Amino acid sequence: MAETTQFELVSPERLVLSRDVEMVVIPGSEGYFGVLPRHAPMLTTLMPGVIDIHEGGSIVDRIFVAGGFAEVTEDRCTVLAEGATPLAEVDVSATEKSISDTKEVLKDTSDAVEQEKLQEKISNMEAMLAAKRLVG
Amino acid sequence: MPNLKDLKVRINSVKSTQKITSAMKMVAAAKLRRAQDAAEQARPYAKSMERMIVTLAGNVVPGSGPKLLSGTGKDESYLIVVATADRGLCGGFNSNIVRAARRKITELENAGKKVTLLTVGRKAKDQLRRTHSRLIVKSVENLARTTIGFEQADNIARELIHRFDEGEFDTCLMFYNRFQSAMTQIVTEQQLIPAKVPELSGDEDQSEASAKALYDYEPDEEGILSALLPRNVATQVFTALLENSASEHGARMTAMDSATRNAGEMIDKLTLTYNRTRQAYITKELIEIISGAEAL
Repeated sequence: MAETTQFELVSPERLVLSRDVEMVVIPGSEGYFGVLPRHAPMLTTLMPGVIDIHEGGSIVDRIFVAGGFAEVTEDRCTVLAEGATPLAEVDVSATEKSISDTKEVLKDTSDAVEQEKLQEKISNMEAMLAAKRLVG
Repeated sequence: MPNLKDLKVRINSVKSTQKITSAMKMVAAAKLRRAQDAAEQARPYAKSMERMIVTLAGNVVPGSGPKLLSGTGKDESYLIVVATADRGLCGGFNSNIVRAARRKITELENAGKKVTLLTVGRKAKDQLRRTHSRLIVKSVENLARTTIGFEQADNIARELIHRFDEGEFDTCLMFYNRFQSAMTQIVTEQQLIPAKVPELSGDEDQSEASAKALYDYEPDEEGILSALLPRNVATQVFTALLENSASEHGARMTAMDSATRNAGEMIDKLTLTYNRTRQAYITKELIEIISGAEAL
């Protein structure tokens, strides 16, 4: 088997995934980038997008993340995600409904902090839908 | 002589109390396990977050950088977050936190600082309202309906950061109970804003420290740091809430355990009295019958 890098995906609530992977593609805030073993150390913020885990030349896992941070070292890649959902589990109609519900709530709130939060929630869900549609 | 019926009623009532306390103990034990699991699961995230902060903060010149890290440069007003449970019947759990918070408030006020309070959990609000009602700026309740989600911690953190940006306070402290074991919880005071950067220690951290200069940053250090710090506040609040909920259930379990034991002792004592009284009655009746027969 080819050389691997230790990939960890953690959300605030739990360790979502921890495995050795050959390559992983991460949605960095400045564009997608691939991490192979012996990648140069880096720290980056993430944009909402899809993490692709590659093994044997094909994608074996696709996970949507709503943003977060990634730390890459030579033998390790840690992603701190703000919410991670395997793309296969994204339910388009449920998400659409959730978006419109949240928009309704947004209309009725006047609190600035609350508004900002709901806005973020909506854009995250929209990004999730977009990612799902792209992959099909 | 005590009335037999009254004693019987008393014993029965203590028995049903004991049933309730032992049931509560069982429930608390189950919830404690769940809360501990949740705290365990959340640890990798907090750990990685801490590592990133240490890496980044090491490169920031003291006094510069985002306000969340370096502070406002003043030390005049404080916001104290007091986190307790929503419910009582858990020994000194809530009172200990509130007492520690009160002591801090007095200390700060004596030093001429301005103090405001944000309470988390119903008990904190109830207890502090009596003495410091005008200081409370916001109260959050009903956190632990099921398990604590990150979203709740995130909401609190947003509230804090929003108020910080408005310039309402310079330093934010949080009081909660750190879980040590079901028997012991430690009241902890933690500084949330400005962020406290943990000291590097141990061999593993040494190697981290030497590696930090080599990192590439995207977009740049400042950019990452300003995204990371609010997140860090939320993570710390989340960790504190999880610790708190584990402590709460631990404290309740211990309290209910001793309540059950006390009820048992009480039942034994009452049963003894009951039996003695019953015998005394029988003896008395016998004496009456015998002396009646003798009189004939």
